[in-house]
Amino acid sequence: MASFLSFGRYLPERILGNDELSRTLGCDPEWILQATGIEERRIAGPAETVADLGVQAAQDCLRNQRSPKIGLIIAASGSSERRFPGPAAEIGHKLGLSGVPAIDLPLASAGSLFAISLAAHLAPACGTVLVVAAEKMSGPAAAAPVDRNTAILFGDGAGACLISTESAGLQILDSALHSDGANTAALHLELSGPVQMNGMAVIRHATRRLPEVILEVLERNQVRAADVSAFVMHQANQNLIDRVARTLDAPSGRFYSNIRRYGNTSSASMLIAAAEWREQAQFPAGDTVCFATFGAGFHWGALLARER
Amino acid sequence: MSKQDKIAEIVKRVSKKPAAPDPEESLFDSGYLDSFALTDMVTELEHEFGLKIPDSDLNPRRFESIARIERYLDSKGNLAGA
Repeated sequence: MASFLSFGRYLPERILGNDELSRTLGCDPEWILQATGIEERRIAGPAETVADLGVQAAQDCLRNQRSPKIGLIIAASGSSERRFPGPAAEIGHKLGLSGVPAIDLPLASAGSLFAISLAAHLAPACGTVLVVAAEKMSGPAAAAPVDRNTAILFGDGAGACLISTESAGLQILDSALHSDGANTAALHLELSGPVQMNGMAVIRHATRRLPEVILEVLERNQVRAADVSAFVMHQANQNLIDRVARTLDAPSGRFYSNIRRYGNTSSASMLIAAAEWREQAQFPAGDTVCFATFGAGFHWGALLARER
Repeated sequence: MSKQDKIAEIVKRVSKKPAAPDPEESLFDSGYLDSFALTDMVTELEHEFGLKIPDSDLNPRRFESIARIERYLDSKGNLAGA
């Protein structure tokens, strides 16, 4: 069975608070906070690329590891600057890993969890897998014609993790992944223009699919939601996280949240949250942690891990 | 119970407010609904009136007030409680 060996993250320095953003968008900063739970988000510099963000997160992830031999890189991003190539090979090159196979997953929001699930299956054959999720969503979110309901949500950042067959860290027990292309129009980003989102449709499906898939993976492993020590979800909207907690009848304090500080960083958000959460949380052996995401596509999934 | 009364009951239930708003009152400006309560209300409307509301119809303006919701339901054809 594969395990999480380590996590890493990178957030750009520039902070865009609700006061500044609301002046640009002509809206009330309090409205942003109430609708989303977001107070500020990070914005990458104009010269920083998606690959640059990913490299920083990967270096943070690798910092305390004893030179692991990376056998595969998987990079998720929904905001890559190019149609091709995606950032995966460039991230590998900038990390000094030229020659290591690198796969791009162009999945916004759900990309990190899909990449981790793939990595857990591939690690026995490929060796240690470096998973990176990097996003520069603030640009597309604020592109003309601006939709303030979308522009208030997104920030930039990157997360990373190492998946290995070593008997250490958090052991990955199981995952469940789902996709439904019937909902492509509800949330999409074309080659130019802004992120386009039917917020009601996204909320309707996310509030149903996330609890469903979490329960799917929990029930398959005979774990009750009330017994899960921590939930680390895609940080899309605080109200969504709270709703999932209520639906599962699980204590909301067990749902790690940093959306107030970073906004929605799409596929990077779950790994950024995981990296921060892991710095603060070490549970007794046997305790379980549940990861979950939902995003454009729609793609959604959940993954269950256990403390060794 | 009229269709408008049924809609008002659903609005009260999902908003957890003791009284229903006036039929023309904005459900958003008056604090009855936010984006999440709105999707709950849509689910209850589907159950109550036996119809499927597609994602493409999920525009907050359609559900702005009880009167607008009634007009939307009327546009969907023959429904329970009509």
